Amino acid sequence: MTELNIALIEYCLRIADNSLIHAQRIADWTGHGPILEEDIAMSNVSLDLLGQARGFYTYASQLEGNGKSEDFYAFHRGERDFRNRLMVEQPDLKDFGFTMMKLFLNGCFDYLFFRDLMKSRDETISGLAAKSIKEVTYHVRHAGDWVVRLGDGTEESHQRIQKSLNELWPFTNELFEQNEVDELLIQNGAAFNKKELKVEWDAMVNEIITKATLIIPSDKIYFHSGGINGVHSEHLGFLLAEMQYLPRMYPDAIW
Amino acid sequence: MVKLDVGEIWDLLNTIPDPEVPAISIVELGVVRDVRISDNVVEVDITPTYSGCPALKNMEDQVRAKLLLAGMTPKIRTIYKPAWTTDWMSDETMEKLRVYGIAPPEKVSFENLHPFANNDKGPVECPFCRSFDTILTSRFGSTACKALHFCNSCCQPFEQFKCH
Repeated sequence: MTELNIALIEYCLRIADNSLIHAQRIADWTGHGPILEEDIAMSNVSLDLLGQARGFYTYASQLEGNGKSEDFYAFHRGERDFRNRLMVEQPDLKDFGFTMMKLFLNGCFDYLFFRDLMKSRDETISGLAAKSIKEVTYHVRHAGDWVVRLGDGTEESHQRIQKSLNELWPFTNELFEQNEVDELLIQNGAAFNKKELKVEWDAMVNEIITKATLIIPSDKIYFHSGGINGVHSEHLGFLLAEMQYLPRMYPDAIW
Repeated sequence: MVKLDVGEIWDLLNTIPDPEVPAISIVELGVVRDVRISDNVVEVDITPTYSGCPALKNMEDQVRAKLLLAGMTPKIRTIYKPAWTTDWMSDETMEKLRVYGIAPPEKVSFENLHPFANNDKGPVECPFCRSFDTILTSRFGSTACKALHFCNSCCQPFEQFKCH
């Protein structure tokens, strides 16, 4: 296999892992939403993200060409193999505002990321990016409205969503992390420099956070890192144990 | 068995209703993108409406069944490019949606695609009483492709096919 193909597989798995793990977390809300409409909204968002993950896993399996299915990547890898950002694996089912803030911070990045990726020289990646960006845009719009509504809401909602922002901020540097895989793909026109998205991401986040009367935490804090090397927080193992239980316990199960 | 040509296969696929919105066919919805025939094999390209739409598998199964019953060998491919858009639905299809009780989508072509762009096109027309005195109650609905609205005039909740 060429060096380029190995890099492409790794790159697709990162995108797919981000979407899958985020989807699984958001799906935790199913049946627990604060109101029926938001319960349904969460299931819809989760489904979009799951669909995006499937597209990128399927492409990775085609590139790998050894008969691995999308299910293999989702259900038969351990936490050291997952390449998702640490932010998406953080437990959601504690505060609706936390989920909205997470969806918002991630979504702003993914919007910019897929916008660039639509120009990828790789036809499949650009197609999947063009598909994903439409859904991500809708999610950001929804999450952004909630961030404003809760931030500029009651004293308690303001306090709680500010706390969520403070808790999530140490995970935001990881959005822009890249390594030699990115460099190779950037040289080949298949991917783009994520670091160049920082200014625009800051502006997008600032616009909504200001409207929400919230305060962006100081940058002089410890920032988490590790996803692209498969080094995760303690939460991912538990998530995978639950998500992977059925296909591992009943290897012949089909759906 | 009589062999069908490409046009007749399109007509055949046009008889398959969307499993979630049976008022329109999967061809009218824009999910069937291309039909090619080589020997007895019919290649059909389909594209998902939303990435995670659970109805896609059902649509694929229905296409396969229709072609098998017509004595042809189906080969179905899922494609992502170009990305599905509600702009592919014709005015006639939009009217079918409305008659069925689902407000049709606005044209995407007029929309600014940035998440924070002000795309306020005003209230959606109620498909039942045609009043514009309506409000959006939820951006998400019973399926990935619909949002929930409420009509203050006839006091009915209704769904809109999201502009996508």
